[in-house]
Formats: sequence, C-alpha cells, structure tokens
Amino acid sequence: MPRTRKLLCRNVWKIYGPQAAAFLARTPDPDDAALREAGLIGAVRAADVDIREGEIFVIMGLSGSGKSTLVRCLSRLVEPTGGEIQFDGEDLLAMTEAQLTQLRRRKIGMVFQNFALLPHLTVLQNVAFPLDVQGVDRRTREARAHEMIEIVGLKGREAYFPRQLSGGQQQRVGIARSLVGEPEIWFLDEPFSALDPLIRREMQDEFMRLQGLLKKTIVFITHDFDEAIRLADRIAVMKDGRIVQTATPEELVLNPATDYVAEFTKHIPRGKVLTLRAVMAPLGRGPYAGDLDAAVRVADAADRIEAANLPFRVIEDGAPIGSIGAAAVVDVLIGRPRVPAAE
Amino acid sequence: MIAPGALFWWALLAVTWALSTWSFQLYKALDARWIIRFPKGWQIDFEGWISAAMKWLLEDATFGLFTFQDLTRFVSSLIELPYDLARAALADGFITGLGSNAVQIAPPLGWVAVTALMMLLALYARGWGLAVLVGACFVYLAVFGQWDSAMVTLASVVIAVPIGVLGGLALGIACYRLAWVERSLRPVLDLMQTVPIFAYLVPILFLFGFGPVSALVATVIYAMPPMVRVATVALQSVPPEVVEAGHMAGCTRRQMMWKVLVPSAAPTLMVGVNQVIMLSLNMVIIASMIGAGGLGFDVLSALRRLDIGGGIEAGLAIVVIAIALDRVSQAFARRLPDAAPDRGAGPLQRHPYITAALAVVVATYLLGLALPALQDFPDRLTLTTSAFWEEAMRWINVTFFDTLDAIKSAFLTYLLLPVKRFFTGIPWAWGILATGLAAARIGGWRLGLMAAVMAGLIACVGLWDKAMTTVYLCGVSVLIAYAIGVPLGIWAGQRAGAHAWVGAFIDTLQTLPSFVYLIPVVMLFRVGDFSAMIAVVLYALAPAVRYAAHGVRSVDPQMIEAGLVAGCTPRQLLWRIKLPLAAPSLLLGLNQTIMLAISMLVITALVGTRDLGQEVYIALTKANVGQGIVAGLAVAFIAIVADRVISAMAAKSRERLGLT
Repeated sequence: MPRTRKLLCRNVWKIYGPQAAAFLARTPDPDDAALREAGLIGAVRAADVDIREGEIFVIMGLSGSGKSTLVRCLSRLVEPTGGEIQFDGEDLLAMTEAQLTQLRRRKIGMVFQNFALLPHLTVLQNVAFPLDVQGVDRRTREARAHEMIEIVGLKGREAYFPRQLSGGQQQRVGIARSLVGEPEIWFLDEPFSALDPLIRREMQDEFMRLQGLLKKTIVFITHDFDEAIRLADRIAVMKDGRIVQTATPEELVLNPATDYVAEFTKHIPRGKVLTLRAVMAPLGRGPYAGDLDAAVRVADAADRIEAANLPFRVIEDGAPIGSIGAAAVVDVLIGRPRVPAAE
Repeated sequence: MIAPGALFWWALLAVTWALSTWSFQLYKALDARWIIRFPKGWQIDFEGWISAAMKWLLEDATFGLFTFQDLTRFVSSLIELPYDLARAALADGFITGLGSNAVQIAPPLGWVAVTALMMLLALYARGWGLAVLVGACFVYLAVFGQWDSAMVTLASVVIAVPIGVLGGLALGIACYRLAWVERSLRPVLDLMQTVPIFAYLVPILFLFGFGPVSALVATVIYAMPPMVRVATVALQSVPPEVVEAGHMAGCTRRQMMWKVLVPSAAPTLMVGVNQVIMLSLNMVIIASMIGAGGLGFDVLSALRRLDIGGGIEAGLAIVVIAIALDRVSQAFARRLPDAAPDRGAGPLQRHPYITAALAVVVATYLLGLALPALQDFPDRLTLTTSAFWEEAMRWINVTFFDTLDAIKSAFLTYLLLPVKRFFTGIPWAWGILATGLAAARIGGWRLGLMAAVMAGLIACVGLWDKAMTTVYLCGVSVLIAYAIGVPLGIWAGQRAGAHAWVGAFIDTLQTLPSFVYLIPVVMLFRVGDFSAMIAVVLYALAPAVRYAAHGVRSVDPQMIEAGLVAGCTPRQLLWRIKLPLAAPSLLLGLNQTIMLAISMLVITALVGTRDLGQEVYIALTKANVGQGIVAGLAVAFIAIVADRVISAMAAKSRERLGLT
C-alpha cells in the first residue's frame, strides 16, 4: 500500500542575488547562462520532492550541491524564491510567522551538522529547550527531557555542559533535543559528518535503532554515498542545485540516470545493496538446494548459496520467480559486469 | 639603483623637503605671504557658526511642548538621581536636610563592607586568588588615605557602566536586526573613536554645565561606542546553526534574542563590558576637569600645584582601582556557567553570594555602630607615602639632573626640533597636494581625494600650523614606540616564557587611565614636547608589542617547518619567513599605535604642547564650543586619514600574501 504523502515540494527554486524573485518571475526556468548573465546563483533549481510518511528520505550531494539549502527551504529556514511546498497538504509558504512557529514547535525536529547546542545550558536544559520556549512548565519539560536523554544513552550526564562532552555525545544531545517535542517529521542535516569514522558508524547504528523505535518521517542530508545507501529507503542525488535522480538505493546502483550518479555507485559494495530479485536468473528446471526470499540482499544470502552445490529458488509472495547460483553471487560480490541473464 | 616603484616616494620626499627648507626664502623672493600662511580672507568661520548654533540650541530652540534646555535638564535629572544614590551609598552617606541642617540618616558603606563586597564579586567571578588581589587593592586605598576620593570615582563608574553597557547592547541589537541602522551608525562610531576626548567635553560642558552630570554624560558617550561594536559583532558571530536551532525549536523573536542570541554571545559581550568599565574609569578621571571630582581631581590639582608626592599617591590609587576592576571584569568574561542549582534548596542556598553580600552589609553596619574603625578607616592608622615620593623625586632630580637634562636636550636637538622644522615648514598648499598624492598612491584616487579634502579643510579653518605640530609630535612618538615595541613583541612572540610576562606588563600598561602617564613624566622632565612625547610613547607602546607578538606567533607552523627543512638559521627564519608573513599584523599594530598616540597627544596638552590638543584644551577652559569642535574634528581628520591609509596598506599586504 502506498504510504501517505507527508511533505511535497514542486518546482522549488532558491536563487541568491539582487532581485532574484523578479528574475525568476520573468524567466520561469533559467539555465546556467541566464543565471550567470543576471549575476545570480541558483542554489536550488526546480526541485521536486515527495516525502512519504515513515520513510527515510536521503538527500545526497557533494558540498555546494544545494542539499543544505533545499532542506532549509523545506523547513522554511530559508525562504524559497519560487515553487510550492506542502506539509500535510497545507501550503507551507503561505504560513505567517506565528503559524510557522507553531508548526515547528509541534511537528518538526531538526539535527545540525555542528550540533548547534547552546553553550550556556546544561545537557538537560538543552534538551528541554524547545519545550521551554513553548512555555511548558519546568517539571513536565524536565521529566520529558530526562526520558529523551535516557533514550539516546546519556543518562547520568544531565548536568554536563556541551563543552564537557565528546562530539558523538554532543550529537546525541542534539538528537534528543530534536525529538523532545515529538515531531512528525525529522530533518537531519549531515548529522554525523563532523564525527570520526568509527563514531559515525556507531551513530548510524544508533540512528537506525531509534528509527526502529520511533518510526518518524525522516529527511536526512549527507555527502557520504555509503551512508546514504546504508540508511535510505529512497535517495535523491543532487548536483549544482538540481536533483539528478530520485530512487531506491538498489535502483540507483542498477540504473544510474547519469554518468555522475554512476560515478558514485561504481565503488559501492553491490552485494549489500542488490537483492536477489535484481540478480536472479530465470527459473530453470531444478533441482534446487532450497528457497530464498526475493527481497534478501545478495551479501546476506552469499554464505548459504556458496555452501550448497545447487542453485536456490527465488520466492516472492510464495511463488517462485527465478533462480540464483554461486556464480551469479560471485559476479555481484567482486563487481564483475553482470551477464544480462535476468533480462 | 632605485626601483621605479620607490622613485615616486623619493621624489615626493625630496620636493617636500626642498619646499619645507626654503619656503621662507620663497615667500621673500616672490613676496607671496600666502605660501607660508593660509590667507585670512579665505578662512571659513566654522567656529563662529557652530558656536552660534549651540547658542541658539540652548537659548531659543524649542520642540513645541518643551525647549531644548528642558530636555537637557530632564536628562541631567535622570542621571543625577542614580548618581546621588550611588555617591550616598559609597561616599557621602544618606543625608536629609540642607546645609548646616543636614542630618545623616545612614552612613555610607564602610571600607570593610565595600572591600568585602568586591572580594565576594571576585570570588564569584574566579576564585580566592583574585579575591585576595582585589581585597589587597581596596585595603591599599583605605590604608593610604585615598578612600574617599576613590569612592567618588567608583560611584561615577558604577553609574556610567550600566548605562554604557545597556545602551551599547540596545544599539548593538538594533544594528544586528536592521541593516540600515548599522549602515548609518558605523561612520558615527568611527568618528566617535577618533574625535579626541576633550573635544566633546566642550559641548557637554556647554549643555549641562560644570559638575558630575556633565562628567557622566561625557563618560557614557566615550565608553559606549566600543560596546555597540562588540555587541554587533558578538551577535553576528553566533553560529548560524545555533540560530537555526532556535528557529526550529519554535522561538519567537523575543525568545530568539534573549534565550538564544544574547546568552550564546555572552562571553564576547563580557569583553565589551570590560572595555566599557576601563574606558569609563579613564574618562571619569579625565572628566575631573569638568567637575567629576574624585581621584582625577586629586591628580589634576596635584599636577597644578606641582605637588609631587600627592600626585603620585593619587596616581597609584588610580592604578590600583584600574587593576582591580580590570581583573574582575575579565574574570567574568572567562567565567564558565555554574552547574544548575539544586531545586530542593531554599532561596538562601540557591543564591549563596547574594546572601553573603546582604550579610556583609548588615553585619558591617551593625558592627560599625559599635566599632567606628570598621566604618571609617581610622585616620591615625593611615599611612602616607607622599613625603617618601617627594624625597625620592628630589633625589633623582638632584642626582641625575645632568643625565636627564642631557637626554632631553639630545632628543630635542637631534630629533624633535629637526622633525618639527620639517613638518611645520611645509607650505600648506603643497602639504595638501602631497597628502593627496601619497594617499592616492597607496589606496587609489578616492582615498587620495578624501585625504586631500580633509587636509584642505584643516587649512581652511586656519589650523594648518597646529595640525603639523600634531603630526610631528605624533610621528616622532609613534616612530619611537614602534621602534621599541616591535622588537619587544617579536622577542616575546618567539619565547613562550617571555610572552607571558611581557603580555602581563603590556596589559597592565593598557589598563591604566591615560592621565596617569603624565605624572612621572612631568616630575622628571617638567613640561614641554619631550615630556609629551614620552607619555605618548608609553601609552601607545602596547599595540605595537601586542600585534608584533601576535603576528609572529600566528605564522603557520608548517611554513616554519618548511623553512627549517630548507636549512634556515634562526635569523633567516625571522627575516625571511616570520616577518614577511607577519606584515599585515605589524601594519595593524602601527595603525593602532597611531590611534592611541593621537588620543594621548590631546591629553598631553596639559603639559604644554602647542598643537591641536592645546587648541581643544584652551577651548575647554574658555567653554568655546566652536573652537573645541573644529579643533577636535581636525584631530579626527588626521586620525581618519592615517587609519584609512594604513588599513589600505594592510589590505594590500594581506592580498599579496593571499591571506584574505
């Protein structure tokens, strides 16, 4: 069943420079040359995004690709120059400042790359801060903050100040703060980019654990394609302000829309992305060593397939749809160009 | 051979030198007096216009419902009330009735109480070490009989600082929120920082009359601009992510300002508060000339009576107060927030320092009734060092008279007088042209035009000779301060140990109110240009040292490693790597040195210079607003031209090094 649409954005533009709005009104779809001529910079260009309830939507791009600007347009931290954004069917761009404040208090949480903790507040006060500005009384907000601190695993450090914590711990505080208001949609702007690789890995696991618990709708920004593949239900790849392709990780690897996307997917360990469905051969006559589900990733089934002498049957919804043998698995794992067996 | 780039400068110097040396002969030969004197007929009477405008403002201006004079009276009553309270609490006691009927209802805080309160403040800000230092400072004031004057000074500071800080913060917030406010305030702030202190004492004296209110108004005006700047920068440099986090938490505008921006910027804002405190103290001392009273008045009258001992004693008291205030306010700037207090505790446990402060006040009041020595430091225990200083100075002057005199005349003969002759000999017309050409060469034709116009205006109001005297005194002083300061800074920049104590020494020099520098100089060398020069050099030394040390220290360590690997000796390392890379920093130091020199130069009018400072000082004694403002602006023009030219040089050198 298709999940309901949470956040929708159509033809969103963010152009920096003098009289950008008038320019965009005159030229609805300016190209590079037109922008350059007008002395303007197109940070986000004609972005279309649909974010469905409960999914992890990753926006991936290198620095300067406009991904941070796009997420700021979605939360209206940055005023888009043109386009349409709907939150739960409501026009986000038509909201007054007061309505926006209410929306952010109740429905949106955000985590920042450099944590953005308030240096003069303790961990407890930082986490309770969004409730504090809402006017929630002290007892309630601190009880709620204690809960969140426990969930992110910082129990016992409530009275610490941000400067007394490591980077990973600070980001846990940032996560707790963003979730304390029980938001429906959760923006994470490169949350783990400022952390060491090992800590980053640990925080990604922590993030997946939390999402398993909370089932939020998530917009996650990253410049790290591995991270995107690891976490995403769907990925939007951005380049020069435009969204180049929006797809599941598997589709990206199988059918990159441009050479630019292909450049990223080339070095990805394909076994961890591709499912059996994507690499199976047509169903033969057998015999088979057993059945495997079509949604299982190749890397996860590799041991069993390798150990058996015979190929396996691939099953979807109880019906056999293809077969897979050791040779195909090896092809995928070592990245050999695939023999177009599945076509 | 001379490089083509340098040719311009050599030619400019040669022509200027020739014209300066033979201008008198030229005037005689051509019988053209205008060459050396700006023609009287061409002078523009700005002075008269300004004086007339002020007179109109004070006597006839009205806003319909109230006159301008009502407004100034309203402002003074607004300031007078808290000032009287502070002064009653610290110095005079609370009094009812007038004249001989006056009855004291309550005494002021005793010396024990004030000392203990200051120590509590230091304890709260840092710890016991600072508390002991501050305690010692205040006990010194009591023991050496400077208590009453010191408290009058402190009362002014106590009133001026909150007004300066809150006003500065409010304007800083306005600058942060509204771009047009910042745009329109910036030139005003620039001008405020370059107009000499005495210059705005004159109109204030005219508007508010002689007395503590005038002094306070002047103090606030003097101390506020840096706070505006610091507050604007502090708010602007809150990381954008933190602001966004505030938005996403759903802050309203007001919550954003007071719960996110101001607390995040607090450490930087405290640096501004420290500046306001030190500038207020400086100004309160100087404003004794228009009736602030206190320690500044003691120094001033001692200087006038040539009472050496008294002057040094009061001067030391100022030094002691300056150090105590500076260290405490700096400690606040570096103070880390406390852990959140226990919620279960009562109000007394939650606010231990306020409780202690109240306890101190009540206890000393009650004990003071029984034991008067706790209230007023007993006179018979007061020490005076006046005779000692007097004797020491006499001994120095007698023993070393020949040496001191020889130094003084050597400087005068071989440095001061030739330079003075050179500058004052330059015919005004060529001076304007040369200033413009030099500035244009460095910073483009716009800067050149601005410099020439400013020089022209100075000539137009008939202050050319005095301005050249200012330039000469300033130039010589800056040269000497720079020649001493830069090597010191480079030395300190290369050794961590030296850096610590040179830094401490320089910091202390810079916290001293400018007035203090005049005391020893006058004692040793009497009045005149030489004394002025030494005072200016001492005062302006700090930035030369600090920027040189900073420049040398902040050279990228990889550059130094690259030099070492290439086989540089330490000397080559310094000359070929560290100094070239430190050039922008050295130029900024030069800029600051000039600014401080100019501001100090005006104060040295008190020791008998004959430059623009003297002009302002004379205007002050005659309460001639026009004269004061015109001469003050002339000083500001010199400062602005110097600032722009050297900034342009620094920008160029940064660009060349690719540091932008």
